[in-house]
Amino acid sequence: MAEIERHRFDVLVVGAGGAGLRAAIAAHDAGAKVGIVCKSLLGKAHTVMAEGGIAAAMANVWKEDNWQVHFRDTMRGGKMLNHWRMAQLHAQEAPDRVRELEEWGALFDRTPDGLISQRDFGGHRYARLAHVGDRTGLELIRTLQQRAVALGIEVFMECTITKLVKGDGRIAGAFGYWRESGRFIAFDAPSVVLATGGIGKSYKVTSNSWEYTGDGHALALEAGASLVNMEFVQFHPTGMVWPPSVKGILVTESVRGDGGVLRNSEGRRFMFDYIPEFFKAETADSEDEADRWYEDKTNNRRPPELLPRDEVARAINAEVKAGRGSPHGGVFLDIASRRSPEYVRRRLPSMYHQFKELADVDITAEPMEVGPTCHYVMGGVAVDPDTGESAVQGLYAAGEVAGGMHGANRLGGNSLSDLLVFGRRTGLNAAYAAARLRRRPEVGDDDIRAASEHALAPFGIEGGENPYAVQQDLQEVMHNLVGIIRTADEMEQALTDLAGLWERITRLSVEGHRQYNPGWHLALDLHNMLRVSECIARAALERTESRGGHTRDDYPATDDSWGRVNLHCRIDGDGVGITPEPLPQMPDELRELFN
Amino acid sequence: MGYDLQMKVWRGDATGGELVDYTVPVEEGEVVLDALHRIQATQSGDLAVRWNCKAGKCGSCSTEINGKPRLACMTRLSTFEDGETVTVTPLRAFPVIRDLVTDVSYNYKVAETIPAFAPEPRPADGAYRMQQVDVERGQEFRKCIECFLCQTVCHVIRDHEENKPQFSGPRFFLRYAELEMHPLDTNDRRQLAREQAGIGLCNITKCCTEVCPEGIHITDNAIIPMKERVVDRSFDPVTWLGRKIFRRDQLEEAQVPQSRAE
Repeated sequence: MAEIERHRFDVLVVGAGGAGLRAAIAAHDAGAKVGIVCKSLLGKAHTVMAEGGIAAAMANVWKEDNWQVHFRDTMRGGKMLNHWRMAQLHAQEAPDRVRELEEWGALFDRTPDGLISQRDFGGHRYARLAHVGDRTGLELIRTLQQRAVALGIEVFMECTITKLVKGDGRIAGAFGYWRESGRFIAFDAPSVVLATGGIGKSYKVTSNSWEYTGDGHALALEAGASLVNMEFVQFHPTGMVWPPSVKGILVTESVRGDGGVLRNSEGRRFMFDYIPEFFKAETADSEDEADRWYEDKTNNRRPPELLPRDEVARAINAEVKAGRGSPHGGVFLDIASRRSPEYVRRRLPSMYHQFKELADVDITAEPMEVGPTCHYVMGGVAVDPDTGESAVQGLYAAGEVAGGMHGANRLGGNSLSDLLVFGRRTGLNAAYAAARLRRRPEVGDDDIRAASEHALAPFGIEGGENPYAVQQDLQEVMHNLVGIIRTADEMEQALTDLAGLWERITRLSVEGHRQYNPGWHLALDLHNMLRVSECIARAALERTESRGGHTRDDYPATDDSWGRVNLHCRIDGDGVGITPEPLPQMPDELRELFN
Repeated sequence: MGYDLQMKVWRGDATGGELVDYTVPVEEGEVVLDALHRIQATQSGDLAVRWNCKAGKCGSCSTEINGKPRLACMTRLSTFEDGETVTVTPLRAFPVIRDLVTDVSYNYKVAETIPAFAPEPRPADGAYRMQQVDVERGQEFRKCIECFLCQTVCHVIRDHEENKPQFSGPRFFLRYAELEMHPLDTNDRRQLAREQAGIGLCNITKCCTEVCPEGIHITDNAIIPMKERVVDRSFDPVTWLGRKIFRRDQLEEAQVPQSRAE
């Protein structure tokens, strides 16, 4: 076969969002030769969509805040299913990761005495999110991008990895193609960091971009790693619902953090009707108390609009089902009647712009219509908390593609801090491991041949299935049958439907040639989307309780015995098998924080 | 309330191409990118167009729509007249790869030549202090989503490929200005802005400001103040004389910061 383009690195990072860039910078700083591969242009990754802020207990606004409080909030938000060690490291290290961004040029909003300002968000006891208006993700990615460029790290833009290659029982490298030319490329690298983000493109209504096809999840699974907590998918309570073309686009939680409230068609602040027992003691039970809390957190409890996202999403879903929704099938999110137009435009400039441009709605004068949208997958590659290494030697994962950190539900603001904390940790450890390795395995010619043939298969079939049609059908299946509220019957139906889709993707056809062909790219992504969808459906069917981002209509209660179990997905024959494993138990000194 | 939209989409590659007619069923509230996606899904599966966030935040889907550089995801179909044909072509200042996708690597190469942010050391307690009013100037520039619409519209390079090597373009004048006005930065980039970035070639026609989807006042708030600072440094007669007499331009502190490309 023809020679293909090859590169050698100590550490190959797949993905150039926050986690990938932070990992690459860390690996570079540890002395490794680093390459970054990303599906889009540099700086376009999904991190730009993050709006509200980076959660870090810096105590700039509330002196009472510290890592223990942040740790406790994170664990409770995750319904205690988080890996305690990840939650601990995250809470401890996030403040340093934020300060470091400032050293690389980030310009955060300030407090009156010149420190980094912090804002309120759902599930966080104190105002804790370092932010830049409502475009914090853009600031984060631009800062890391500019840092990576200044360090001279090599970036392979618009390049997609389709296969991880192993040798001597460990990671040897990766295989992929240039989107621009369709030509193949192979990387020899003893350490590969997956930072590929999430899976939202398998759902019909989502805040996620085309890139979110679960590539890293599927690559890791097929390389022999396990995925943990895949049944937990976060539906963000507030996505746009109208017009149809923007359905699912995110409306930041900062709207509620900055004083916005949710109302149904009767004008009622319905969240007061949905305060769960677990959060009663710390949630206001009257509008007066809730409104006082913004100014005085010591003597008042938080408004129920700022309950964790899973609670709010379920409540909105229930209100719409009960016939108390807004005209386009959502509920009303109102900040216009509660804050001045100047305040709204200053704190939420991109929300103002987004609604004005896309929906003809002036959010300083009228309420927004919002409803749940698929936003984030808590599940991901099971990794060692300290190093980020998976069960496959040399394979690391950080950010959304890694599992464990967020348990059953992620708190807003904890994703950007997750990217930074674990991006850095995996990058460092991937570099150290590569340096320690005596003999490096090579990417074999047979592996390259097999991967090439697999990638080219859709060109060999005439008159087969249209990849866009298959994707649309997959999105319907996941949205309708494995969505925000689940039952056994529907999920069994979903697994039957997924089997049908598996069969259809063996007969995909693409038109045209290999140069920048989105139809072909989608045909290859569909394989990954089906893998993760199957993991989600199987794990969700197995977990016969409701917890966090997983709600069962047929098992509405949270079951303590399930609170001690993680479900792991692994390849089993042609499909995916589920194994329950005990949840790692936290040491007593941390347990005491919950008394 | 759907209807059939008439579109002309440029299709082709580096060797040439043409406008292709499409009739696309569209719905109320949709944007140009929705129509392009529908062409992909139902008529031409290989139509190449970049996109990511579909919410005006990533700057991927830059194209020229009826001749004007715009984001396809933020251009609502309701802004066109009834029966108006919507023509979508690739960004003109950059070489075509395929269909609506252009080779924007020029921008990434320019980015590599700008010296990195170099902050003053942290105070003893580890926390930098800046006032909100001071960070807001830089924040306006950091709203940039790198859609490169300002680059494609800029007449210095739009039809003058030969100017690219000595001209960084509005997006990067913004970056120079941002660093120059950063409260913590210690570098002096004025000489670079003139000699390497070619800010003198800009004759402030404000086309960049006009197409900026983020509404950044590129010309008024970034380019003009930068030009003034450059002029202050280079042409103030007293400093000029001082430089010549005391050979200050050969002192170490007068050297421009290192950029990666050097």
